[in-house]
Amino acid sequence: MGIVSPGFTGRRGGGTDLPPGQYLTHEFPVLSAGPTPHILTDHWEFTVTTETGEKYKWDWAALTALPAEEITKDIHCVTRWSKLQTTWKGVSLDTLLADVETGADFAMAHSYGGYTTNLPLEDLLDGQSWIAYEYDGEPLHAEHGGPARLLVPHLYFWKSAKWVRGLVLSDSEDLGFWETAGYHEYGDPWKEQRYAGD
Amino acid sequence: MSWQVATVADVRRETETARTIVLDVPDWPGHLAGQHLDVRLTADDGYRASRSYSIASAWDGSDGSTIELTVEQVPDGEVSPYLVDVLKVGDPLEIRGPVGGWFVWKPEQEGPVQLIGGGSGVVPLRAMLRAHAVAGTTPVRLLYSVRRPESVIYVSDLKELASSDDVDVRLVYTREAPAGEPRVGRIDAELIEQYAFKPEDGATTYVCGPTPFVETVADLLVAAGHDPARVRTERFGPTGGPR
Repeated sequence: MGIVSPGFTGRRGGGTDLPPGQYLTHEFPVLSAGPTPHILTDHWEFTVTTETGEKYKWDWAALTALPAEEITKDIHCVTRWSKLQTTWKGVSLDTLLADVETGADFAMAHSYGGYTTNLPLEDLLDGQSWIAYEYDGEPLHAEHGGPARLLVPHLYFWKSAKWVRGLVLSDSEDLGFWETAGYHEYGDPWKEQRYAGD
Repeated sequence: MSWQVATVADVRRETETARTIVLDVPDWPGHLAGQHLDVRLTADDGYRASRSYSIASAWDGSDGSTIELTVEQVPDGEVSPYLVDVLKVGDPLEIRGPVGGWFVWKPEQEGPVQLIGGGSGVVPLRAMLRAHAVAGTTPVRLLYSVRRPESVIYVSDLKELASSDDVDVRLVYTREAPAGEPRVGRIDAELIEQYAFKPEDGATTYVCGPTPFVETVADLLVAAGHDPARVRTERFGPTGGPR
């Protein structure tokens, strides 16, 4: 137990089951390291590169022609806000990776604008992640990662790379942008893995 | 990185809604200008709430074990009203940090430094100005957008910092300007052109403020030809407008 803060009573959440250290918001805050890239769907492309260097590509028409899913998930940002029951539309990574031949254990997501984030490949599979292009029934706004972002809601939201342009699969785990800047390499909100070493 | 107990050494009212808290932290490891820390409050029944705050002071080891936070009260906030109105000198405060390795300025960094802050977004920029005052050799400019003269945080501090030949401070008033200042309005392309370093100057630009402010300024910089890779941002609060 730590200390008690004299005079602090707190604003109780009212029984909502949030990961430790999170608070509930109904807004949709933004965390980005730089200017928002504005990518036209005409120029958009998503590439999966395997550990052997083989590339699989989708342009916007190819992505949106794939079977899409409606997704309703809670999301948790490392800056401590959580937003419940957010609704998205996108293509499951299971669909995108179905014909990709790989034995890799890790993936690095790359974004327009240079952002990167690392994930174990198994966290992208089995209905756990999507390339999302609609939020709340509307095309995903650039501020929130549009035209398309990775959506991996079971991890802190920095793993859900905005403006995603590809995945590079690999046998070894490299660290992405925030992971190099002191944040946790995995980022499970329920284990409160915020910073390296947590 | 573990939680440690700091003690409030001093408090300074900055504006009607913002306060600087001076903390004595016996085991503070030091920090880079621009980094933040986590604050954790605990009620007497064990209920806890945590938030992150930018560190307002620079660290050069000469301040003993003192660091400063400046907190702006968020309407309907849970932690900030306590820090701004309740916490008093002598109280304990649990903190953990420093955190963040991107929105930071290091003295050995090459090139000019452009700081652009909106409202309490000036807090980490003030840490950078302080660090620069001790160890900086390159020119630095601050564009600081506030609603009105009473909204300026660090008034006397900025005056002192701006007296250096290396430092240029330009205040921008969006609602109401002091006597003698004709311009009232948000930062726009013309102001960026007039007061910011040019793309060819090779500056690193730090933009911090509410999300709509940062979005606007970062877009203006990119449109003016600045390399997006040299524009570092930190946003807070909800998005404006439709998404």
